[in-house]
Amino acid sequence: MSIKVRFFARLREQLGQSEMDLSATAVTTVLQVWQQSTRQPELATNILAAVNMQYVHADHAVHDGDEVAFFPPVTGG
Amino acid sequence: MQVSITSKPLMPWQELQNYQQQQTALYGQVGATTIFIGTMRDINEDVAVTQMELEHYPGMTEACLKQLVQQAVDKWHLLDVLIVHRVGLLKPNDPIVLVAVWSAHRAEAYAANRFLMEELKARAPLWKKETLSNQQTRWVEQNTPGHHDAD
Repeated sequence: MSIKVRFFARLREQLGQSEMDLSATAVTTVLQVWQQSTRQPELATNILAAVNMQYVHADHAVHDGDEVAFFPPVTGG
Repeated sequence: MQVSITSKPLMPWQELQNYQQQQTALYGQVGATTIFIGTMRDINEDVAVTQMELEHYPGMTEACLKQLVQQAVDKWHLLDVLIVHRVGLLKPNDPIVLVAVWSAHRAEAYAANRFLMEELKARAPLWKKETLSNQQTRWVEQNTPGHHDAD
């Protein structure tokens, strides 16, 4: 299964990358995408997640071809 | 209804004039227009800010704003909505965001504009990175609440 993972703003800078392609067989949730793409076990509560550009919770299911994004609290306007 | 993200300087009054000229179908129906324009200040949290970089999530930002407009249209009787948000490098006094709502009556135009602005600040994937007068940079941590008791 292939997942496109994207990071934004402070998170992008901290991780040193804006996107990556994750090829994995045992990934079923957003949390697992986070763990495999960042090597960090915990998804902090102030990190927001989106699948295919829609906000989701960490237990949201992911599927082949999905775009999963992680980012800090938004500060537009 | 229109939402857009622009990396060019935002000129809100020109945007409004151009947009209103296309609203010929609304002739005679509009009784109230509410306009919110957010601009960049030269100070934030007591520190002088010299410039600001606005980052967004292309595609999701627009989709999010469209969803907010749909929610507003479902909730109030609105004739038209325009949202334009700036991204890229901004200087103090540069306009950041324009939200305009057209309705038959002011109560709905005011309420919908407030709703759109607060929801935009809470949900639209946009991030501000400030450059301070000492050349250091910092990400804005979170937006301040916009309710009356926090104004």
